[in-house]
Amino acid sequence: MVMSNQEQERERKAEAHTPKTGADLLIEALIEENVETLFGYPGGAVLPIFDALYKKKHLFNQVLARHEQGSIHAAEGYARISGKPGVVISTSGPGATNLVTGITDAMIDSLPLVVFTGQVNQPVIGTDAFQEADIIGITTPITKHNYQVRKVSDLPRVIKEAFHIATTGRPGPVVIDIPKDVAANPCQDSYDNSFHLPGYQPTIKCNPLQVKKLKEAIQQATKPVILAGAGVQFAQASSELLEFAETHQIPVVNTLLGLGTFPGEHELSLGMGGMHGTYAANTALYDTDLLINIGARFDDRLTGNLDHFAPSALVAHIDIDPAEIGKNVNTHIPIVGDAKYALIEMKKQIKDSPTFKAWRDVCLSNKKEFPLWYNEPTEAMIGQWVIDKVFKATKGEAIVATDVGQHQMWSAQFYKFNKPNRWVTSGGLGTMGFGFPASIGAQLAKPNDLVVAIVGDGGFQMTLQELSILQERHLPIKIIIVNNQALGMVRQWQEAFYSQRYSESIFSIQPDFVKLAEAYEIKGVKIEDPHDFEKQLDELIAYDGPVLIDARVLQQENVYPMIPPGKGLNEMIGVKP
Amino acid sequence: MKRIITAKVKNRSGVLNRITGLLQRRQFNIESISVGRTEHEDNSRITFVVDVEDFQKLEQVTKQLNKQIDVIKVSDITDKAIVSRELALIKISSNAQLRTEIQGIIDPFRATIIDVSKDTMSVQVTGKQEKIEALIELLRPYGIKDIARTGITAFLRGQQPSNQEQTPFSLLN
Repeated sequence: MVMSNQEQERERKAEAHTPKTGADLLIEALIEENVETLFGYPGGAVLPIFDALYKKKHLFNQVLARHEQGSIHAAEGYARISGKPGVVISTSGPGATNLVTGITDAMIDSLPLVVFTGQVNQPVIGTDAFQEADIIGITTPITKHNYQVRKVSDLPRVIKEAFHIATTGRPGPVVIDIPKDVAANPCQDSYDNSFHLPGYQPTIKCNPLQVKKLKEAIQQATKPVILAGAGVQFAQASSELLEFAETHQIPVVNTLLGLGTFPGEHELSLGMGGMHGTYAANTALYDTDLLINIGARFDDRLTGNLDHFAPSALVAHIDIDPAEIGKNVNTHIPIVGDAKYALIEMKKQIKDSPTFKAWRDVCLSNKKEFPLWYNEPTEAMIGQWVIDKVFKATKGEAIVATDVGQHQMWSAQFYKFNKPNRWVTSGGLGTMGFGFPASIGAQLAKPNDLVVAIVGDGGFQMTLQELSILQERHLPIKIIIVNNQALGMVRQWQEAFYSQRYSESIFSIQPDFVKLAEAYEIKGVKIEDPHDFEKQLDELIAYDGPVLIDARVLQQENVYPMIPPGKGLNEMIGVKP
Repeated sequence: MKRIITAKVKNRSGVLNRITGLLQRRQFNIESISVGRTEHEDNSRITFVVDVEDFQKLEQVTKQLNKQIDVIKVSDITDKAIVSRELALIKISSNAQLRTEIQGIIDPFRATIIDVSKDTMSVQVTGKQEKIEALIELLRPYGIKDIARTGITAFLRGQQPSNQEQTPFSLLN
């Protein structure tokens, strides 16, 4: 909205005479934090905030999801791709509780979010008022920090603190609960936003003495491996990582969320480790004598049975969160700090290393000997093949958002990410329904980039109402439903570990996804034949606008290789066809 | 093993809830907890006794507590030179005949009688936990009606022995 100078002048004068309300202060704080995109959903308790936003709507790109869960997953996708905090506003009670899954997801995957929730008027807090929920109590375990603002004049400081906490150290979600009267009332007191947090002083620069220990360990090592996690991305340390690995010729394993922090097609890349990781990656993690973890948290899906995880390795762990070090895996060289600083310090101190050629050759021959595999489809399509084709059609340059399940693992396996900030997936929490709304946030963060949402038919049905946004905001996202008419991963486990008792995992009925797309005025295509898929894919990817592709795939296909639950890295199954 | 941990925290609403919630969801058992203001009006001090399996678990407790924004400093002071005290109020059955006898028992503990009624009397005792336990055992034969204990509160002595071998419990020390 463009206003004439006169109008602006009049507005400025009017503003100067009326005292600012809490909502006005909130808007001012958002402007100061350079917030451009807002994922908000209005409701009773946030009416004053949305009214203040209405007056300043020319300053923000406001995105109205159709469900608060959509808002928060979109904010997560936005944060993951832009590196900036995702900002969400929802109303009290159900509005706030609908955010809980997304907040938890952001907490466990360390995504910076600032979430504003409305609250009932202060005099009725604690009386079970209409749309009242104790969102502070509910979100305390799932946020990095949370606040309930009791005084209007506290708002500017609280918001400033919240953005600081969400975006520094190990990023995470911060909730600010604002009672309606705090938003509506004029601010009578003076205020300022300076703050001091003596209990929150994250260590950014690592201790050089610890790096010296790592240097000594590298001199002694014969079989070193780097495990690179999402911490590398948050620290924007990909180029430093690449340089370090290349200089010393150390192979690199990525975690699920770390994909892209090291080029997936690089010679030294062994791919993803863990339950559905590559043979080369898991074998390297098992055989290594020096494991250098950079910004990964030794999640159980990565380590498998801890007794068989890097059993003969000296473990060095670089992490900005000291509580992650030694939590799951006994660590010999803890290095607390930002991954970029650590890698710069490592470059400074570690000039030369023994040759790791023999070990490197073993890793690379494993990679060549035991690649990820699938059987080329003839009649029916399979998920792995679909994703491989998408990878090739997009030249590996798309931003890919996924949901959770088989298609997610296949995407992690067959879509090789050569650059960071291209991969949006729900790792720690494994949130179905995440992928599609997250792709919306990713596209808003990078309007000119190709965004592909690879989803399953199960997860897509959890948040498909956000199709509304595509047409409304002209977002040219390409949705690919890897449709096996089942909850594929559940089905796979039931097949393998529950004697093929497919309890509630196979859909007897599904919507016509093409008609559904058309109902939202989006182009929809159903493809069953592999030849059709190959023929149409380029055109669909290049299509100027959103497209929904209902790709019908074989239901019986399973994700391999696999470390069965409770087993170790050395006990993989399905390594070869 | 039992460890005494102190935490200096910001005096903000919900901070105790954050800490007890954290300990509960990470499966750490709290034996006792005591909270109060410090010399600084913005800060409170929490002293708690936790029962943990090993040093790795202990390290997780202190690290997780330190991660809380409102927690300023966490220390495990178990192996340091400390002063630790607990206060207990003990109500026992008694009558006029027994009072002097009981007085004789509590005197060496430097406990005091703080309330007397027709058939009860209440005793206040402070000191180390072992001392309080000992007094409770001595009073038990008279019939204990009620006990209220504060849990331990503690801090470091003014001077730490210089030659004391400190076993570092954290890899980061």
